Amino acid sequence: MRFVIVAGTPSSGKTSVMIHTISHLLNEGLSVAVCKIDCLETSDDVRYRRLGVAVAVGLADYICPDHFYVANLEEIERWAKEQKADLLVLETAGLCHRCAPAVHTCLSVCVIDNLIGIDTPRKVGPMLSTADVIVITKGDMVSQAEREVFRFKVSEVNPGARILDLNGLTGQGSLSLKNEILNSALPTEISGKELKYPMPAAICSYCAGETIVGKSYQMGNVKKVDFGRME
Amino acid sequence: MMLKKITILGGSDKDGAAEKVRRLDIQAGQVLSVVGPTGSGKTQLIADVEQYAEEETLTGRSILVNGQPVDKDRHKSSLRYMVAQVSQNMHFVIDMSIEDFLLMHAQVRAIDDPAKTIKDVLSIANRLSGEPISLQMNLTRLSGGQSRALMVADVALISNSPVVLIDEIENAGINRLEALHILTGRGKIVLVVSHDPTLILMAGERVVMKNGGMHKVFKTAPEEKQILENLIEIDKEFVSLREKLRYGKSVGVAGSNKEGVALWPKF
Repeated sequence: MRFVIVAGTPSSGKTSVMIHTISHLLNEGLSVAVCKIDCLETSDDVRYRRLGVAVAVGLADYICPDHFYVANLEEIERWAKEQKADLLVLETAGLCHRCAPAVHTCLSVCVIDNLIGIDTPRKVGPMLSTADVIVITKGDMVSQAEREVFRFKVSEVNPGARILDLNGLTGQGSLSLKNEILNSALPTEISGKELKYPMPAAICSYCAGETIVGKSYQMGNVKKVDFGRME
Repeated sequence: MMLKKITILGGSDKDGAAEKVRRLDIQAGQVLSVVGPTGSGKTQLIADVEQYAEEETLTGRSILVNGQPVDKDRHKSSLRYMVAQVSQNMHFVIDMSIEDFLLMHAQVRAIDDPAKTIKDVLSIANRLSGEPISLQMNLTRLSGGQSRALMVADVALISNSPVVLIDEIENAGINRLEALHILTGRGKIVLVVSHDPTLILMAGERVVMKNGGMHKVFKTAPEEKQILENLIEIDKEFVSLREKLRYGKSVGVAGSNKEGVALWPKF
């Protein structure tokens, strides 16, 4: 089974991008399963279900959604195999720019949109810099010049990635993403595979449910602002 | 790759029926206007050209370059800069000064003399729009017309691609005839989506869209060229009236020109 991991900034159009792309994959006769990881609530599963594919939802609730995601990769893979899927699409929550859900040997797709700001690609971090394929959406909302400059800023952060323009409303460009998936996502087993980038450590008293502000309530891995930092 | 022509192979209209026009060739140096009522599929036609459609879009059209299908995955980088578009967008979203932005874009496009080029871009933009803009101004503070003028100037001088797609430039409140002139460089293929008779007739050929499909292709006839000349004269008159009104003058009152009186008779 091929394994595709989709990450991206909030509201960049991850689900719309994948719905258009999965339609093409279904036309090729592939069986697709989709798992959506989110935090508290999601309605993306309803949209995926309209495609007639198997859909699962994992809500992280009080746990960091990306830690939740890593801890469930084997279970999600097993579920997709039970659905007799040729291809598993795992859409992550798309919140924290610091986390890096990409796993070696899975195809990692990062979705980012033209409206998010010219300096954002630099701030996004491993989610963008370790992606195999980067999809840029909302090109119809900006000028030719802005599209070209934004794409350049993205390529500076990840020079090796394939970069695609895709319109989430019309599906323009989704055929290229389908081809990327078929050409590069090879069948794989997730157990024992390695994350491309370590996740941030966060084991402090607030992780364990502490709610009071103040030094005497803080324990564990606590980091403080360096006010001497120079630009 | 030297661009000689682009070919649009017909697909189907909104009802799935085959388009009337099965093949449309557009040669280097040619201006084609795309006409038809709203919703008839004009913007989709230029979107198909922009993405080198291979029967996968809603219309099922194919685009050939120099008579050959394009291998999008293999020639991705050379194809990327072949088409530039002036869309219906009226505002920039990038928050930075005009100067920094244009320099950045000139760097992306590997322009030889960026400092000179961005001055030229600015002067063209100012020729097209109203109150002058300066390099220090922020992109997001520009008016709709100023933004569109700058987008046109940028596509003409920095993006400078062999294929230019123009979507309803008449809606921008800028000098549209001048804008079209600036964008129609030597040897370029230009597609102009328009509802404006003057712009439509300035093209050597026009394709009429109906129900999502290419319905008919016309060559601009000599009689139409004659009408175009009249339209351009009327346009000059119209522009001069507009400029007078915009800059606080009166029109049609005693002492002003007689055409003005003829155009606005008293009831």
